[in-house]
Amino acid sequence: MILAKVVGTIVTTISHPAYKNRRLLVVQPLGLPGEKPDPDFVALDNTQAGIGDTVLINREGNSARQVLQNPDACVISVIVGIVDSIFLKPDAL
Amino acid sequence: MLLGRVKGKVISTLKYADLEGLKLLIVQPLNKRLEPIGGLQVAVDIVDAGAGDLCVMVRSREAALALPGVKFVPIDLTLVGLIDELDVHPDEDFDFSLKVGWVQYSG
Repeated sequence: MILAKVVGTIVTTISHPAYKNRRLLVVQPLGLPGEKPDPDFVALDNTQAGIGDTVLINREGNSARQVLQNPDACVISVIVGIVDSIFLKPDAL
Repeated sequence: MLLGRVKGKVISTLKYADLEGLKLLIVQPLNKRLEPIGGLQVAVDIVDAGAGDLCVMVRSREAALALPGVKFVPIDLTLVGLIDELDVHPDEDFDFSLKVGWVQYSG
């Protein structure tokens, strides 16, 4: 799973049935201090997240299908949680 | 999943049997600022996209799962959504760097 920030929203009228009733969001992974974060991507929202929220994302097809309870869902990245707080141990870096 | 822009189409008559009837498009993968990432790629279309359309695409095994019929086909990129509206906030609005110690994000 990855930590990321929601930076954008996507509106689609025509989309695969597996994407209906959920929002597509543009997310940007977070990086360690001084390091370049991973590239942005698109994720399906399962948590009512909004722009600016720090979220927990599953980036693997099988777990996405489990979350969406659809064994044929063609979804890879799904937002599974909104992060309240993060603790990073100072001497672990 | 990623963003992409349709650039053209591909016609292929001699191909793997299960690819019969699939619409192939040339797409340019894009990042959130709609800048190209890498080179052009060929994707299967299930949403009736045309040249110039901005789309959401899915890679890997899930690309084949997106097809309505047979799900065991050799494809690795499918267009799964046509984008009507894309609203991406500028990088200055956010901090993408984790901080040492406890950081409260919401609540």
